[in-house]
Amino acid sequence: MNLKHTLASVAIVAATLAAPFTYAADKVRIATEGAYAPFNFIDESGELKGFDVDIAKALCEKMEADCTLVAQDWDGIIPGLMARKYDAIIASMSITPERSRVVDFSDPYYSNSLIFVAPKKSKFNPEKVSGKSIGAQRATIAGQYLEDKLGSKVSVKLYDTQDNAYLDLASGRLDAIVSDQLPAYDWLRSDAGQAFEFKGEKIDIDDKIGIAVRKGDKLRQKMNKALKEILADGTYDRINAKYFPFSIY
Amino acid sequence: MDLQGFGHLLISGAWVTLQLALCSLAVGLIFGLLGATAKVSSSKLLRTMGNSYTLFVRGMPELLLVLTIFFGSSAVLMAVASQFGYDEYIELSPFVAGVIALSIAFGAYATEVFRSALQEIPKGQKEAAVALGMSKTKTFRRVTLPQVWRIALPGLGNLFLVLLKDTALVSVIGLNELMRQTAVAVGYTKEPFTFYLAAACVYLLLTSISMAGLHYLERFANRGYQGARS
Amino acid sequence: MNWDWTVIGQNLPKLMDGALLTLELVFFSGLIGVLLALPLALLRVSQTPWVRVFPYAYIFFFRGTPLLIQIFLVYYGASQFEWIKESALWPILREPYWCAVITFGLHTAAYIAELLRGAIQSIPRGEIEAAKVVGMNYPLMLRRIILPRAFGIMMPSYGNEVILMLKGSALASTITLLDLTGMARTIIARTYTPMEIFLSAGVIYLIISALIIGLFRLLERYFNRHQHWPSEKPKNLDPQLIDKS
Repeated sequence: MNLKHTLASVAIVAATLAAPFTYAADKVRIATEGAYAPFNFIDESGELKGFDVDIAKALCEKMEADCTLVAQDWDGIIPGLMARKYDAIIASMSITPERSRVVDFSDPYYSNSLIFVAPKKSKFNPEKVSGKSIGAQRATIAGQYLEDKLGSKVSVKLYDTQDNAYLDLASGRLDAIVSDQLPAYDWLRSDAGQAFEFKGEKIDIDDKIGIAVRKGDKLRQKMNKALKEILADGTYDRINAKYFPFSIY
Repeated sequence: MDLQGFGHLLISGAWVTLQLALCSLAVGLIFGLLGATAKVSSSKLLRTMGNSYTLFVRGMPELLLVLTIFFGSSAVLMAVASQFGYDEYIELSPFVAGVIALSIAFGAYATEVFRSALQEIPKGQKEAAVALGMSKTKTFRRVTLPQVWRIALPGLGNLFLVLLKDTALVSVIGLNELMRQTAVAVGYTKEPFTFYLAAACVYLLLTSISMAGLHYLERFANRGYQGARS
Repeated sequence: MNWDWTVIGQNLPKLMDGALLTLELVFFSGLIGVLLALPLALLRVSQTPWVRVFPYAYIFFFRGTPLLIQIFLVYYGASQFEWIKESALWPILREPYWCAVITFGLHTAAYIAELLRGAIQSIPRGEIEAAKVVGMNYPLMLRRIILPRAFGIMMPSYGNEVILMLKGSALASTITLLDLTGMARTIIARTYTPMEIFLSAGVIYLIISALIIGLFRLLERYFNRHQHWPSEKPKNLDPQLIDKS
């Protein structure tokens, strides 16, 4: 852990400690993961940044709430919400039936879709996949799509991490991978992704991303109202354009 | 070897690996002692339990054990908790799940080591303790246990080396130990060979240090015997 | 928690497919392991110190590092180098199946070599001396005396090593292979029934290890048959020589 990281945690801890003593109209504590660029990440100065963070700040402005942002590890993010460490999670969380059993979700604030990624020089065509080797991360929506929709036609390879799938795409073992579109877009812009590109159109799989709050919390209605406002007045589009040249709503 | 500034990642990973190994060792030793006591007990039920424990765990891949504990524990824990009227979502952290899985595996093999050590202690010593008027627990603590350690040490040492390597499996469920941190570095640099080789060297270092430590412990445990044997 | 028997029934054929691949991996890696272990062990017992360095380093590396690292070194590591990707080896190394077989073979060879070394060193000196006295040269002695005896001595511990390899073969699932563990993980990603499927896979592993143990009992009998001589009737002897009393 370097100094910047330490400073970041100090800042976060200080902010959390200070929160109970600052009285304003409404106090809302919001958790995000801080490890899912470009949606939420910690930058060099130790500050939380990203699409989720900007959306959170815009929502707070509309709700006229005094917001505190905290970074929380993904594994403990739902338990922490239930233990009242914070009041909402804005961390690119997919709305799933399993999660809906334990938390309430706001209206979706963006949609995730799938897409094929292959080397630029390859003539891979998503329309003609028969007999190809196609990879995805295990136990993800992309992995399920691959098995359900293409399992009979292609050789399916499932990886423990997305990075391992990218490694095998680079090594030439895979003809293409199926991935969440938005993180893949980010990867294509990185140094490692220069030789690769999207192939074909994005695949809509009805994966909606929402804000999680405790069951029955009225914060949900407030969030939904604020979300409608930022969508209507162009705030959302401005944030969207900062990260992606296409609409992700 | 150029680690491109990812050296600290490997070091922090190695530290988690070490913590994982030592925690699993502590819990695993308890499982081993319990298992061995069950196996040599006079109760048939306890013996059967001890035997099925070692049979099942020693025939099951450690990776499968890690996965079962991590992904299966939520369902089991929630079922148990709901009996007590607690209906929230429960999940084990990868570290806790890792410690449980590794110590169950370690315990099964340690059971055998302890069992044969227990049986190696001459019966006459126990009889002598009874003759001196020692209670059962006192005999175990004063006579049996100190000798069991000495006899079991080489076997346990080998098992610890196995455990140290098995910690790498916990990376599969997302604990940031050495193996996973290495994978993170590989993800950035796209140099799998360099970094996995570097991680292998760290494991070799850990193994060598453990071997040296075990050698020292064995000498310490056998100090009462050296004069007579040489 | 509801135990779901039907999900086990439905997926049993898939698990069996996985078990078959697991058996294949264990068999081929065992074969490679023994073939590699032979020269390693012979170099390891050499009288010349510098000859012992290579097998010692090999064994130290493969026994001192996790199998997971080894399999990643071969599978992902090989693709770091362009010259490997352009070489004749790539058609083999690009297949996860062969990467697994090669890694497991290299890994288990280190352990078998140590067993073999122990066995060779525990052959009674007298037997070697007797072989020398009747004028056997080293290759003949190796073939007739040392290796058959060593295999007999190490057979029980070799059985254990095969069981360990069976358990280690679960790591094939980390390089996309659908062995028993890989198949179980793939099924669970869809059915969300980890306990049912993982424990079924566990039982199948248990049955395979029981079969392996049985097989090695038979092999042990075969290699050590000279120790069971009363049970074998000397069929090929001249009938006149058989003691009738």
